[in-house]
Amino acid sequence: MGNRVAIVGVGMTKFVRRAQETGQELAFYATKMALDSCGMKLDQIDGVVLGSAPDTFDGVHMKGEYLSPGAGAWGKPYMRCYVGGGTGVFAVAHGWYHVASGVFDTCLVVCEEKMSSFQPHPQGAFLTIFDHTTERPLKPNLLWIFALEMNRYMTTYGLRKEDIALVAVKNKNNALDHPAAQLGGKVTLDDILSSEVLAWPVQRLDVSPVSDGAVAVILANETVARRVTDKPVWIEGVGWSLDTAYWTNRDLCYPRYVEEAARMAYKMAGVTDPRHQIHIAEPYDPFDYKELHHMEGLLLCGRGEAPQLTVDGVTQRDGELPVCPSGGLLGVGNPIAAAGLMKVAELFWQLRGEAGKRQVARKVKRGVAQAWGDLMQVGAVVVVGV
Amino acid sequence: MALKQRNEKISQTKVWFGELPVDSLYTVGLGGERFFRTLKEKGQFIGTKCERCGLVFVPGRIFCERCLEHLDNWVTVGPTGTVESWTVVYLGLDGKRLEQPELVGLIKLDGASTFLVHRLGGVKSEELCFGMRVVAVLKPKAKREGAITDIRFFQPVQ
Amino acid sequence: MAQVKKLRKEIYQPVAPGRVGGQEILKDGKQKLEGGLQGTGLSDEELRQGKVLTTRWKADAKYGWDAGVAIGRYLAGLKEGKILGVRCYKCHRVMVPPRLFCEWCYRNIDGWVELKDTGIVNTFSLCYVTWDMKRIKEPQIPAVIEIDGATKGMGIMHLLGEVDPKKVYVGMKVKAVWKEPAQREGAITDICYWKPV
Repeated sequence: MGNRVAIVGVGMTKFVRRAQETGQELAFYATKMALDSCGMKLDQIDGVVLGSAPDTFDGVHMKGEYLSPGAGAWGKPYMRCYVGGGTGVFAVAHGWYHVASGVFDTCLVVCEEKMSSFQPHPQGAFLTIFDHTTERPLKPNLLWIFALEMNRYMTTYGLRKEDIALVAVKNKNNALDHPAAQLGGKVTLDDILSSEVLAWPVQRLDVSPVSDGAVAVILANETVARRVTDKPVWIEGVGWSLDTAYWTNRDLCYPRYVEEAARMAYKMAGVTDPRHQIHIAEPYDPFDYKELHHMEGLLLCGRGEAPQLTVDGVTQRDGELPVCPSGGLLGVGNPIAAAGLMKVAELFWQLRGEAGKRQVARKVKRGVAQAWGDLMQVGAVVVVGV
Repeated sequence: MALKQRNEKISQTKVWFGELPVDSLYTVGLGGERFFRTLKEKGQFIGTKCERCGLVFVPGRIFCERCLEHLDNWVTVGPTGTVESWTVVYLGLDGKRLEQPELVGLIKLDGASTFLVHRLGGVKSEELCFGMRVVAVLKPKAKREGAITDIRFFQPVQ
Repeated sequence: MAQVKKLRKEIYQPVAPGRVGGQEILKDGKQKLEGGLQGTGLSDEELRQGKVLTTRWKADAKYGWDAGVAIGRYLAGLKEGKILGVRCYKCHRVMVPPRLFCEWCYRNIDGWVELKDTGIVNTFSLCYVTWDMKRIKEPQIPAVIEIDGATKGMGIMHLLGEVDPKKVYVGMKVKAVWKEPAQREGAITDICYWKPV
């Protein structure tokens, strides 16, 4: 399907609750690190793709254009994309077709987020997610959506809070080894279960933090990739899908949009048995139950079976199918657009054996990263391999 | 596809009014921090120079947008400059006519490659011309806050 | 293609071992993500106490959203104390909230239906924080309520009331509690909340 595309370089900033740097400076740090890490120069980049949340978060108009100098896009073909939290992985798909089409030989993908500008709390910027006439007059809160979905998931499969909280324990402990992590820590099951209840069943330690940060990856076609590095990480499949905006008309216990995106990506990658052919997974985990929800959507296990895999230790770093070895969003942080790209970056290091203390025990040759966005609508999936 | 639904009575249509509570607190960034602190404390303008591209960015930035090099070479520019473009503004933000028209200019400080947008003062609109030499008039040091408003306006050099 | 020719001509210089902004480049081009990543964190106090320079700006963002043909009629129905839905003959769904076109079949809807003002709780939550993260004592109980008369699974989001938070469960039957007719204004809030039957 078009040219073969590989990821050849990755850069990222620390994920912090509020950054002193402007959005442009954050994008610059990530881009510079990505270029330096593989010895490329800015004039070797043919095009730039940027993913970033709506202008309301930063209070900046035309944020794509505002961030373009920091993303190295001066004088280059430039596109901005945004699909909610799915942007981080969707931007890779976006960059992929730039290179796969043959129009560009190299493409820089940058995702940046500076949410802390929104006062009093960035969560308020999400109010626009609710319909202005039929939902906002009820004075809703972003947490409602996740709490409603979590409750439906738990009730449908008869899960207990303890089973789901194990995911938060795993990810936060994994994040201790990630240099960019904001909330990595030695956390126990009791810590999660005794944390403040925000919107039952969601408790404070079930939620990923609000963050500022930026991540950049460099994509190149086969000829360039082999010149730049001796271990390119190939993008084997991409998929993306959107479900209806009428979220109250759907059964929230299963993310069918993730399944559709996953099928598209698996078909392209030639994966017929995801459970055994995918060796490492980075599903999107802004809440602990979401990792389980998405594992089922990615067809890595049957419906309602994901908690059992966590309890059995299959998803730990030394398990059969490591899930979120980076620490995920729960541990590393959640700058809306950059979070998904952080997951792709993690797969890049893991597949090359360069993840240091986070390196998983088993040999990995193929991984899947997935991001989810908006009103439980968007699924974006990327399959990478060496 | 023809419209099949129509609301016959005006009472059946509705406009829903609402607000977006957008309240933003911006940091000025690492480059801006140094530029505005120098403006506040010393009343001077500084910018960063990119040796490779030969550009001086004002306000100072920590990276060059053309070659993406990290910039650390701070140079002093201004306080005099030339007017590259100007305009006279008659309408306010709400679309109503202003009592006193505002004079706004695009000013290139001496030594800088980039322009600044700011007010022009101490001059009549008929006297404005391209290439006019102007100098920055700052607020007294005690009143400066480290913001672009520490410059009151640019006025013609006497 | 010009860029590829350029790269073919250049002899690829492997990145020298050393530190590159938080990444340690080991010998033979391998990389290790170490500490020392860029990014300066600020605490809440540092930001508010002016330790770094900031600018503040409040948007004057006022909106008048057209409810649209479908929702306009839905709101008019709410003012009369009725919940209206729409029907599509191709997929046989009865949908609420009403819409002008069926998004599955991508065609105009075939008619309006009056639904009941009772329903079943599909999912619910007990929320102890406001939209700007302030804590409240008595929880709000948002829920997705499947409306009787519509296709199974068709729900709207609303609040539950007059119920002990501990006694709410998925599958509970509820009924709408309406405002007095004189106080209704044609809004979703014309239903104050839903209480158990």
